[in-house]
Amino acid sequence: MTQLTATTSTVESLAGRIWHRLRTLNPVYYIALVLLIGVVVQNPVFIQPDNFLVFLSRSAPPMLLTAGQVFVLVSGGFDLSVGSVVTSTVIISAILANNDPGTTWWVILLMLAGGAVVGLVNGMVTAYLKVPSLIATLGTLLIVRGIGLFWSGGAPRGYLPDNFRMWGRRGITGLFGLREFPYAVILLIVIGVLLWLLLHRLNYGRQLLALGDNPRAARLSGVNVNLVRISAFVICSMTAVVAGVLLGGRGGVSIETGTGMEMQSIAAAVLGGTMLLGGRGSVPAAMAGALALELLFSLLNLLGLPKPLRDAVQGLIIIGAVAYAAYSAKRNR
Amino acid sequence: MAAISPPASQTSAFDRARHWLRDSRIPPVYGILVIIFLVSIVLDLVFGIDDQLYIFNRTIMTNVLVRSVALGIVAVGQTFVMIGASIDLSVAYLISLTAVGASFLMNGNPDNIWWSVLVLIGIGVVVGFVNGTLITRLKVNSLIATLGVGLIIKGLLNAAFDNFAGSVPASFQTFAYGSIGPMPISVLVLFLVVAVGWFILRRMRFGAHLYATGGSEEVARLSGLRTERILTMAHIICSTTAVLTGLFVVSRLRSGAPWVGTDGLYDLESIAATVIGGTTLSGGRGGVWGTLAGVLIFSLLDTTFNQIGINAYMKQILRGAIIILAVGFYTVRSMREAA
Amino acid sequence: MAESFLTEAQPVTETSSSGANDVPPVLEAQNIVKRFPGVVALNDVSVAFAPGEVHAVVGENGAGKSTLMKVLAGAHRPDEGRLLLNGEPVIFNHPSAAQASGISIIYQEFNLLPDRTVMENIYLGREPHRFGIVDYKQLEVNTRRVLRELEAEKLIDPRAMLGTLSVAQQQVVEIAKAISLDAKVLIMDEPTAALATHEVAVLTDLIHRLRARGIAIIYISHRLIEVFELSQKVTVMKDGELIGTKPTSDVTMGQVVEMMVGRVLTDYFPERGRPEDIGPMALRLENASNKMLHNIDLELRSGEIVGVAGLQGSGRTALAQAIFGVDPFETGTMVIQGEPRLLRKPAEAVRRRFGYVTEDRKTEGLTLKQPINDNVLLTLRTLQNKLARAFRNGTRNDKDLALELAQRVDVRAPGMDSEVQYLSGGNQQKVVLAKWLATDASVLIFDEPTRGIDVEAKASIHDRIRELARAGAVVMMISSELPEIIGMSDRVVVMWDGRIVGELPGGSSEAEIMQLATGFANGGFEGVAAPASNPQPAG
Repeated sequence: MTQLTATTSTVESLAGRIWHRLRTLNPVYYIALVLLIGVVVQNPVFIQPDNFLVFLSRSAPPMLLTAGQVFVLVSGGFDLSVGSVVTSTVIISAILANNDPGTTWWVILLMLAGGAVVGLVNGMVTAYLKVPSLIATLGTLLIVRGIGLFWSGGAPRGYLPDNFRMWGRRGITGLFGLREFPYAVILLIVIGVLLWLLLHRLNYGRQLLALGDNPRAARLSGVNVNLVRISAFVICSMTAVVAGVLLGGRGGVSIETGTGMEMQSIAAAVLGGTMLLGGRGSVPAAMAGALALELLFSLLNLLGLPKPLRDAVQGLIIIGAVAYAAYSAKRNR
Repeated sequence: MAAISPPASQTSAFDRARHWLRDSRIPPVYGILVIIFLVSIVLDLVFGIDDQLYIFNRTIMTNVLVRSVALGIVAVGQTFVMIGASIDLSVAYLISLTAVGASFLMNGNPDNIWWSVLVLIGIGVVVGFVNGTLITRLKVNSLIATLGVGLIIKGLLNAAFDNFAGSVPASFQTFAYGSIGPMPISVLVLFLVVAVGWFILRRMRFGAHLYATGGSEEVARLSGLRTERILTMAHIICSTTAVLTGLFVVSRLRSGAPWVGTDGLYDLESIAATVIGGTTLSGGRGGVWGTLAGVLIFSLLDTTFNQIGINAYMKQILRGAIIILAVGFYTVRSMREAA
Repeated sequence: MAESFLTEAQPVTETSSSGANDVPPVLEAQNIVKRFPGVVALNDVSVAFAPGEVHAVVGENGAGKSTLMKVLAGAHRPDEGRLLLNGEPVIFNHPSAAQASGISIIYQEFNLLPDRTVMENIYLGREPHRFGIVDYKQLEVNTRRVLRELEAEKLIDPRAMLGTLSVAQQQVVEIAKAISLDAKVLIMDEPTAALATHEVAVLTDLIHRLRARGIAIIYISHRLIEVFELSQKVTVMKDGELIGTKPTSDVTMGQVVEMMVGRVLTDYFPERGRPEDIGPMALRLENASNKMLHNIDLELRSGEIVGVAGLQGSGRTALAQAIFGVDPFETGTMVIQGEPRLLRKPAEAVRRRFGYVTEDRKTEGLTLKQPINDNVLLTLRTLQNKLARAFRNGTRNDKDLALELAQRVDVRAPGMDSEVQYLSGGNQQKVVLAKWLATDASVLIFDEPTRGIDVEAKASIHDRIRELARAGAVVMMISSELPEIIGMSDRVVVMWDGRIVGELPGGSSEAEIMQLATGFANGGFEGVAAPASNPQPAG
């Protein structure tokens, strides 16, 4: 062992540093790259900038959802209610806005506030009632979906005005000679950077990671454990609302909008190296995981595999990742 | 010796009754059940429309019991794994698989019933074995392992079927609709499953060893028990009960669709009913009679909701809230006991 | 006499030579060596246990008693040496193998299930059954028979839930379990630690009965009074070596204490605090109590290191946690810098610049999957705005600060971004220390600061602790290692049974501390006068 010095890297040359960086890069980026190549081989027009941006804007909601889920996952919990939040956002927005462009802004704000409340409930039930978050959020899954369906009477009702829908389907035209630069991609980048800052560059994120890693040590170090845990759930639910707004714009009003998205976000985060039960995770890598999963689904689609197999693939990823983590932990010990 | 002699003899009849209640090991949830009954009777007397009391109305009570069958059978299995300090979130998907599988395999032909049932139970055993192996050998957290297995089942099932497939023969539907005398066959099956569950847990070595494994794996292992095998066996039992529930569901519906299990919320409600019945999430404690009471409470609420005419979606909201509050209440309470 | 007693070089095994009984030993350990990474826990230990005899094993914490018992009970495999059971060499791969051969151990933490009945506990895994169906009638009959043999059938209902029994009753169940296994050797690890005084008599009775049945009882205890009341032989261990085995009637308590301690101080310790270092009173506890602690009065001064000695379970860690707000005091006062205030949660303690280096660094001190950087800065970050940039602390770069702190405590690691889980124990402990340097903690509580770490890291941590005190911090240091307490402390308080039972000046002898800590100088037992503190010459 060596004494610690200011320059910790032993590699001096630029090329050596780049090589070191590439070697230690999260494997999810390579997985995404390989899948991208696979899709392009099957469908060469995919890589044209306009087409690729369309793909990216379609992938924006799951990527955002995954980024939000990472916050709960690194804290050691799960949030299974995000799919319901997405669905209810779409259904309730449509009823409230009812095709009146003047309502768009306060409806979106109201939805974000609603998301915050759901997150608050999830967090408080987990933190104070000590209900395992998996069960607590399964409960809120029912409640949130129930509220959406109760309000709408079980079938989609109302319309989303165009200035609501533009977030999911329009973009800035005439940029860099592109047909359109989607708002969804802009939002993806902006929110992605915000979440990255929050988890990896601000005090809060380090406390969240510490909490997920070892709650007792975090508490004994003065971390306000409950506050940090609850806010992670709030962040997650609020990104789910954003994803809902984008999906509503893109696909219109449906009671199936968010179905299965909770599992997809967890599988994507795990693919991006997030450790279930807490302590390790990265926003960009998780988003790359979500992108990789979308690429994989595209590829499976191109290869003619039935769409529902996605669930099975996600199940395998989750079990495999956790079993691998348990195995390597055992080996290291 | 006198210093730590057993408690002084009971004095009052009240004390004796209290001790008898404690020693009889009747799960406290039956107290709640009795209270619900009494409240219902009062409500009936005050608000009842017809002369007959709602709670003594045979149609309604049978309805409560039949509603309990599907959830009750799988909840017995869930009780087994939860006593072993594990959990099974794959049951809802397995119920879907069984329902679809049964109507597809039997395809209306009574000759297919027996081998179809055997094949489906075989599938249940395999799923339980996989769950148990992932948890005990590969050390995957039980929530994650069973959720993952559930997703795999769901994916495969949805890939193969997207709607109601085939149908079960009319003779198979006696399971759900037939009755012996006044007693529906399905209710008899439920009581049989609960009784067998009780016998295994309270009278057999396996049961004793399962309680020990859930209570403290360390103590169980130091006593020479093979805890991996015991817990895997519990998972096999749980999956088998899920298959039985699936068979009951399909015999009611005549045909299975890939969403019948998940829409029935069997995963969450079986866990909630088990917890309400006094089996803790941390394992080593509880039993099937308590679970049955938990299931009955759910069915009573359900029936009441229907009687009052509560909207299906509002029902979903209430169910979610009840589950969270019930589990929360029990967790907080058991923590205080531990402290 | 005392001199020659202490200088005996060879471990003495008296079973064969003592004329009192010629019974061959039932269990014998020969030249046992057990190593753990970095330590020799048992070094060439030979001892024999005769049937019908209570054989006490005494020694300080860390003397190797527990390791020896675990070797005997099959929980550890010895690296060298062998075990003889009735003269035949045996190897146990698992505690259940040892149990089957008639060697049972009763730990302080009982191996029982609170939610199962007495009879289910006693016969767990051995239930009488037919075709897998338990014969509960037979089970109850068997249980009653075992309890009757212990004359405890009136004491315990076989069908009672174990969790409803008192600790003493549960202990009887453990013993009954051993008897039902036909134990020939029964190892009891601090059996009276959790018992109330009046319950000890019941256990004493029981032990006499077990002796009469010809069972060899190995009795580990810190309480010398019990040892002298109960045992026929006493073996003293120290630093993993066997110092001697003697018939109990041949030695005095004072001699045994001398055998237990009396070691040469080999570890290096920094210079003690000079009188001018010791500042004003900074923290005072007055009559403070909670569930585990009773009427604590304590004064801590800046610049002074106060050592807290006591046995496991004497309330040392509870004291640290109460001060730090983990399990706060319920009554009494704590005065911090003249201001009365009890701390209710750790976050409050951290804000008031308290620091707590916990006993178990892995479960309580560190976030193992995070890099050194984040561990060092965690406490500081809890003091800052949550949305503050993690890179900055005032004008200084945060990374520089973390590096500076890590260098100050001399952490050896590949880099600041190495995950803490891959560091050695010593370096992990230095990271914990750095964490509290980051907040400039002015009240520091150390709980076993050097447990399980190598000599070099130990010395380095000792130096840092003294430096902190010299810079004006209030330091309280809990340790099971008496040399550490003696070497480091300017003042020593000794705890026993949740109370502070004595205060000694720095440089007191191990014997003085042990007498207070083992309870025999405080009249801890009814009817037994505290013996003189100086060892009496034997004979």
